Amino acid sequence: MNSGLFIAQRITAVILAFAVTIHLVTILYAAQQGLTAGHILQRTHGNLAFHALYSVFVIAAAIHGPIGLRNILREWLGWRGHRIDATLFAFALLLLALGLRAAIGVYVA
Amino acid sequence: MGHAAMTGTELTVRIWRGQKVGGFQSFSLVTRAAQTVLDVVTEIQRGHEPDLAYRYACRVGMCGSCAMTVNGAPRWTCRTRVSAVAKKGMLTLEPLRNLPVVKDLVVDMTTFFEKWQKAKGVFEPGSAPEADFVIVKPDNAERQAADAGIECIGCGVCYSACDVVAWDHDYLGPAALNRAWTLVNDVRDKGQSERLAAVAAVGGCHSCHTHLSGTEGCPKNLAPTYAIAGLKRASARAAMKGTT
Repeated sequence: MNSGLFIAQRITAVILAFAVTIHLVTILYAAQQGLTAGHILQRTHGNLAFHALYSVFVIAAAIHGPIGLRNILREWLGWRGHRIDATLFAFALLLLALGLRAAIGVYVA
Repeated sequence: MGHAAMTGTELTVRIWRGQKVGGFQSFSLVTRAAQTVLDVVTEIQRGHEPDLAYRYACRVGMCGSCAMTVNGAPRWTCRTRVSAVAKKGMLTLEPLRNLPVVKDLVVDMTTFFEKWQKAKGVFEPGSAPEADFVIVKPDNAERQAADAGIECIGCGVCYSACDVVAWDHDYLGPAALNRAWTLVNDVRDKGQSERLAAVAAVGGCHSCHTHLSGTEGCPKNLAPTYAIAGLKRASARAAMKGTT
């Protein structure tokens, strides 16, 4: 891992610490209040702050996760070279696409 | 158990014989007062197995050549008392992990020292070395950081203890990175950007998982893990400034 990836992973870790905390509190609140999917979507619909939070969450996760996975694949499977970078870049794009699709979905629902 | 209590008791020693493929050979000895693990190996080599291969030089913890795996943990054997490490009168001696075995307890240290070079663990005076002695105050923060890691004897204990070395053969390892950190803190050195680029490359300081295995095992009580943390900060700062 070079310095660029190291910095990216550390910065996204800080973002994820806040985002995951808010996400868990939101889940607990929804469960405690007995909110249905419909009630939740009513609250997220058109909510720009909620949408911004989850978009940042998704972007941070799409950067952070593949960097960690890259280390695991290098150390445990011995992957090297451009093949691992290309694979993890594709995985990052997949996470980003799926995550942003979900974030947009609850915003426009 | 105190040293006196061990004296005269039976000691079973299992020693690795062979190379990558091989097996253990057992010996029965009687313990002696203040006996070191290196004393035991020497007694076996001189009295039982003249072709037993092992390596030592100074016998006083300075040269770093006698490290072996003792009861599963890498140690400098010349300064390790049998009474401190024998378990139920048993000693199991193997070559250091993470390095190719030459024969019996001797490993090939070539890769270990090549990685020191790769980490730019060599003083770089620059094209125009200082004409006179450079004044470096002992209480200077950089000098103190360098002093904290400067007593490394190159024994390979941290390299053998490190799991990341076992997983990632590109990883430079704690000793090479510790040496690089002492030079990063050497105010006379003129090769800092190349060094920071070298330690931040694939297999460099950012590969460290901070398991502290090298620090835990270091016979000189150095802390290569903290040196590596320093390299992470320094190389990250250099990358953000665009100086590497």
